[in-house]
Amino acid sequence: MLKTQTKTVIDASHTRGWVSEPDAKRLLATAGLTVPGFTLVTDPGRIQSAAQDLGFPLAAKVVSSRILHKSDHGGVKTGITTTEELAAVFERFARLDGFEAMLVEEMVSGLELIIGGKIDDQFGPVVMLGMGGTGVEIYQDISLRMAPVGPEDVASMIKCLKGGRLLSGYRGGVVVNRDELTRTLICFSEFFMAVAEMIESIDLNPVMCSAKRCVVADARIVLPTE
Amino acid sequence: MKKTCPSSNAPFPESRPAVWDFKRLFHPRTVAVIGVSLERDRHPANVIFNKINLRYSVDVFPVNPRGGDLFGQKVYTGIQAIPHTIDLAIIIVRAQYTLDTLMACIDAGAGGATIISGGFAEVGRLDLQQQLAELARQRGFPFIGPNCLGFYVPGCMDTFFIPSERMIRPEVGKVALVSQSGGVLVDLMTKFAEQGIGLSLGVSIGNKALIREMDLLRYLAEDPDTGIIAFYIEGFAHGEGREFVQAARRYAKPVIVLKAGKTREGIRAVSSHTASMAGDYEVFSAVLAQHGIVEAANELELTSFCEVLSCYQDSIDGRVGIISSSGGHGSLAVDICSRHGLSIPAIDPRQQAEIRADLIPSVQPIASLGNPIDLTGSATDGDFQAAAQHLARSPELDCIILLLLPYSPEITSDLGARLSQVCKHNNKPLVAYVPHVDRYRMLIEGFEFNGVPVSSSIKGAVLMVEALRRSRPC
Repeated sequence: MLKTQTKTVIDASHTRGWVSEPDAKRLLATAGLTVPGFTLVTDPGRIQSAAQDLGFPLAAKVVSSRILHKSDHGGVKTGITTTEELAAVFERFARLDGFEAMLVEEMVSGLELIIGGKIDDQFGPVVMLGMGGTGVEIYQDISLRMAPVGPEDVASMIKCLKGGRLLSGYRGGVVVNRDELTRTLICFSEFFMAVAEMIESIDLNPVMCSAKRCVVADARIVLPTE
Repeated sequence: MKKTCPSSNAPFPESRPAVWDFKRLFHPRTVAVIGVSLERDRHPANVIFNKINLRYSVDVFPVNPRGGDLFGQKVYTGIQAIPHTIDLAIIIVRAQYTLDTLMACIDAGAGGATIISGGFAEVGRLDLQQQLAELARQRGFPFIGPNCLGFYVPGCMDTFFIPSERMIRPEVGKVALVSQSGGVLVDLMTKFAEQGIGLSLGVSIGNKALIREMDLLRYLAEDPDTGIIAFYIEGFAHGEGREFVQAARRYAKPVIVLKAGKTREGIRAVSSHTASMAGDYEVFSAVLAQHGIVEAANELELTSFCEVLSCYQDSIDGRVGIISSSGGHGSLAVDICSRHGLSIPAIDPRQQAEIRADLIPSVQPIASLGNPIDLTGSATDGDFQAAAQHLARSPELDCIILLLLPYSPEITSDLGARLSQVCKHNNKPLVAYVPHVDRYRMLIEGFEFNGVPVSSSIKGAVLMVEALRRSRPC
């Protein structure tokens, strides 16, 4: 089921080389991961109702077949608190290269983690957990395991992160719900195993983890190049 | 396109046997050396023929299509002309003749072959070795290589074209070494001989056209002569790493891997953080650890790990007791242990008092009995035995490192054997450091012959303990 759905989405995404964020999130939600409430806006007349449905504060992101790294192109705006602000962001996004829609999402908070997957030539599907956010490639604080992973693997992945203590409420910070994080990684690893042959790599970055839940705030599914 | 190893382009056919029968190949009674030269005495095939003829108790037959004789022995024109069934064919003919030669070996009912010849994937002729592999798979015929040294079974057989007088031979033992590189295999064997590590089998798999790491892992896991399986690996064939680690986790025998090619090749344009951070080596290392395979960072580690795992196979947590006759050595060892994530639990005062009571009167007031224990230069064999006895019984510790400087006048060369017995009786692994000089040989052998590994450096001793902690996910 998931596989068929993924194949349909991927077949439709081949020309751009990656799966658009809203499509990726729909697939991940089907796989059992938690994604923020979102709506797609293509018509400025729909801005007000979108804002009312989701409730402020909101995040907005550009959906474009030409833009993979959205923040590099000014295609992300977070902490939006008024309809006017949201309308202004829409106007700006509409001028970006390849604009298709504006993704409007509820804001989620928590510790920023990255969950990823890649197909390794020697070992096949491999999953990654790391300290996330924009500094992810600077700190390179990651744990890797061959998929599929079980609860023991996840526990050892967390233990192996240098920043692992940050997950336990270091100096009054957020205490991450371990069961939810474990469930999220296991669901992700199962999803990745199921669709591995169609995909090159996946980044869920950031995954916002709090005491209640782990929410995939951004997702990038990269397809193999022929 | 995905990057693959040279030998991996062909998908594995369904007909590939799960387990190859290597018995006649590795333990032959009849051997044919195909490709001897009638003119050049130093031709590799002649070196191999001579060595087998003079050293091993097997029947060996030289083959060259021109016939004739070699040192008074009849040279056969082909394997089919030999009036015996051949267990092992050593093929060392030019690459373009290997396919016909292999076919003849199979038709003559040989048990297996090793193809020493080069001129295949390493020079762009992947097609040639694929033809060999396809033929051998169809006929269920195992061959090692091509482009390899073949193998070495101590006291039984070797196919190396290294003249006998230049070979350094480890003794018979429990470690099997499988190497993609012949040179690395020979070098490791030299180190094994120096360190007194015994070998059950050394195999150079070269271009691994047919027989790969996975096939040998399966065979060695069942081989009664092998207790530890060590690999030098440059890379697995496409998808074969997964199969390898899953199998290694199922087997009880320790598996050690030394990986070459740890540095990243150039900078590839990658569009995801995961692909960029999870490089080939990072994945390799993490996945090995996930499956309880011991990764050696270099040859020194591989040698140390093989030595210690030949002696002890049970996994430990890494709570170390240290005994020495020099405070400095104890401190250095503690530093190295902490860097490697090993703990040095303190010895409680009550236990210290018990140890002290068992020391000779002159040592009692000067020995430091926290952890590390410093028995001082006045210590006797009996003092070492007493300290080892107490630590071996302590449930707080799961391993003992002994740093032994045999300069102390009260220490005898029997100490190795005595301490080994103490730890054996208490089933606690002991690892020793003794400076490796000839005059301490008897002391060192007292340990080694009693199953206690001895390192020539403090760091080496710590590495050995680290290897016993087989499950190290990070």
